[in-house]
Amino acid sequence: MSGTVLTALLVVVGIPALQVGYAILIETLLRLLPPQQQWRLRPWLWLAPALLLLVTFLIYPAVNTLALSLLGPDSRVFVGVRNYVAAFTSPEMLIAFRNNLLWLVLFTTLTVVFGLLLAVLTDRVRYEALAKSVLFLPMAISFVASGVIWKFVYEFRPLGLPQIGLLNATLMRLIPDFQPIAWLVHPLFNNAALIMVAVWVWTGFCLVILSAGLKGIPAEILEAARVDGATEWQLFRYVIVPSLAPTITVVATTMVIYALKAFDVVYVMTNGNFNTEVIANRMYKEMFNVRDFGQASALAVILFAATVPVMVANIRRFRQQEALR
Amino acid sequence: MRSIRLLMVSLLLLALVAPAGAQKIGGTVRVLAVWGGSERESFLAMVKPFEDQTGIKVEYEGTRDLNAVLTTRLQAGNPPDVAGLPGPGQMAEFARQGKLVPLRDVLEVNALAQDYAASWINLGSTDGRLYGIFIKAALKGLIWYNPKAFARAGHTVPLTWDGLLAVTDRIARTGATPWCIGLESGAASGWPATDWIEDILLRSAGPAVYDRWVRHEIPWTHPAVRNAWETFGKIATNPRYVLGGRQGVLSINFGESPFPMFSSPPRCYLHHQATFIQDFIQKQFPNLKPVEDFNFFEFPPINPNVAKAVVAAGDLFGMFRDTPQARALMRWLVTPEAQAIWVQRGGSLSPNRRVSLDAYPDELSRGAAGILTSAEVVRFDGSDLMPEAVNNAFWKGTLDYVQNAGQLSAILRRIERIAVTAYRR
Repeated sequence: MSGTVLTALLVVVGIPALQVGYAILIETLLRLLPPQQQWRLRPWLWLAPALLLLVTFLIYPAVNTLALSLLGPDSRVFVGVRNYVAAFTSPEMLIAFRNNLLWLVLFTTLTVVFGLLLAVLTDRVRYEALAKSVLFLPMAISFVASGVIWKFVYEFRPLGLPQIGLLNATLMRLIPDFQPIAWLVHPLFNNAALIMVAVWVWTGFCLVILSAGLKGIPAEILEAARVDGATEWQLFRYVIVPSLAPTITVVATTMVIYALKAFDVVYVMTNGNFNTEVIANRMYKEMFNVRDFGQASALAVILFAATVPVMVANIRRFRQQEALR
Repeated sequence: MRSIRLLMVSLLLLALVAPAGAQKIGGTVRVLAVWGGSERESFLAMVKPFEDQTGIKVEYEGTRDLNAVLTTRLQAGNPPDVAGLPGPGQMAEFARQGKLVPLRDVLEVNALAQDYAASWINLGSTDGRLYGIFIKAALKGLIWYNPKAFARAGHTVPLTWDGLLAVTDRIARTGATPWCIGLESGAASGWPATDWIEDILLRSAGPAVYDRWVRHEIPWTHPAVRNAWETFGKIATNPRYVLGGRQGVLSINFGESPFPMFSSPPRCYLHHQATFIQDFIQKQFPNLKPVEDFNFFEFPPINPNVAKAVVAAGDLFGMFRDTPQARALMRWLVTPEAQAIWVQRGGSLSPNRRVSLDAYPDELSRGAAGILTSAEVVRFDGSDLMPEAVNNAFWKGTLDYVQNAGQLSAILRRIERIAVTAYRR
């Protein structure tokens, strides 16, 4: 206990003190140099701590993972691209790739579309703040907890026993002769059921960002369109959506990245059984159940490689916008 | 800075000196194991007298994904002091990596050999050194039923596998559902099905083939293994034989699956599970009386030409950090006094011979303990002896099989492919 307090104290007081100390130190040393060199060295010395952290915690692990992915299970023998060949040929992995694609398309589309719709709709009501807060609330729940909550919603009981799952119970009430469905097992519904949980969590996030973007559209433009006789739909289609395009891109990119690394919901609810496997869960299993570090690292590299184009596109777009300003 | 170092040194000295001086050791011991719910409560009850006596606080943490959590903690250099081990196979791996503390200096090995049957000691040893001890045991391969409902419907306890199938079919023909099966168990989903297949293989092909299968001396595609799967499939994949059909089998949690046997009218009549399920049933229905309201019969013999054998399983405990508190806890957990506590609370058998049959709370658990101690041929739960990768593939394979029985060949080939690399390591 006292150890924890000591560590906390050290972190809270020590680290800022270290930073200030470092700044004073380099400035004292720099003053000893001629101005020309001071000017050249200063930015690097100020950047050094950040660069050091970046290299230690980001670049080194990435390079190390890349190296491990070319080695065997216990990282002793060099196996070349064998782990990658296995990743692209094993039937489990092919299912995982298919499902990630499904996540990519369904999850991204649904969160962005729902987020946009709700942003436009809440913009027009008086209780906007309340509505947005409620919709944003799931974001405050951890993904594991959301998985557990929705597992209860999807709960299945054989016909004739009381249905304790909200979804089956509701459908049984509404539709006569409805047969309860094991949502997480049934091959037609289980992937969609998992994706819906993530959509439930993330729609609020999309809503808040898009809503902020919406407020940024100058009222004059909307006014002008209305004066010109645009219907509300035309207003949405030809004014709001184009003006929001940069924001939509940012939100969609974030969603794409989440879809690629989807893990928690799948792990908690089905553990990838019944053809719901995703790459990240596969990586977890290879790492911690099979303890094949090579295979797990190869999957990590593949996931990383899949997100890079999205990031690059995002940065490029960002630069273009900056250039326009 | 110097004062901090001084403080730390004096604290360290204090920690070293204290156990020698005082009766109460104090401090904490961190324990990681799989139990939740009433099993967790029973474990905490088991260590309560230990805490009172020694002043050591037991910090218990439970997870169904034990292997992953344990591996992560070991990788991070932050293992629990004492932990449940996923099985003897996994224990051997940890032991060879030098992660486990050998128990030779921790426990009185000679006394232990008096208290435990040699097979328990052997299962806890790797390369001739003891690393794990069993603190509780379970008898697998029991078929639970509701005697009153069973008798009312005019059924009798079958003595052979064919008899069991006949009863199954007779129940189904009356329009009722014979079996309750539930395979859901979080990250370990599918394990109850592996128990089925082990029970069937042991009784149809015999202990010798069973041992060769566990050691991977015969492939997963071997006819005897395949036959065991198909025999299980005859019941589990027949929608008329199982409550909720295949969807029910796959999505119902193992712990809740026997409950419909006790609704009125009963929704099913038979349930296959180890001894520990008694505790689950009694927690859910406190008014049910063992033997009278719920009972079990042994998994019937399948092939009359093979020796009669039973499958047992147990919870292995190992020590990852050599602290005085961890040593004290390990010494306590092997004692008959400690194990009798869980036995009395129900749901557990004790591997310690000195726990008398009188300690068992009812006829039912006493009967199970009797079967376990008197059995001529005992085999350990096979999947727990296999490499973790194979065990995982086995779990998943059973789920795929129940969902799509036509895929059996592909499923067995896949497990075989994983086994080939896993056993080589």
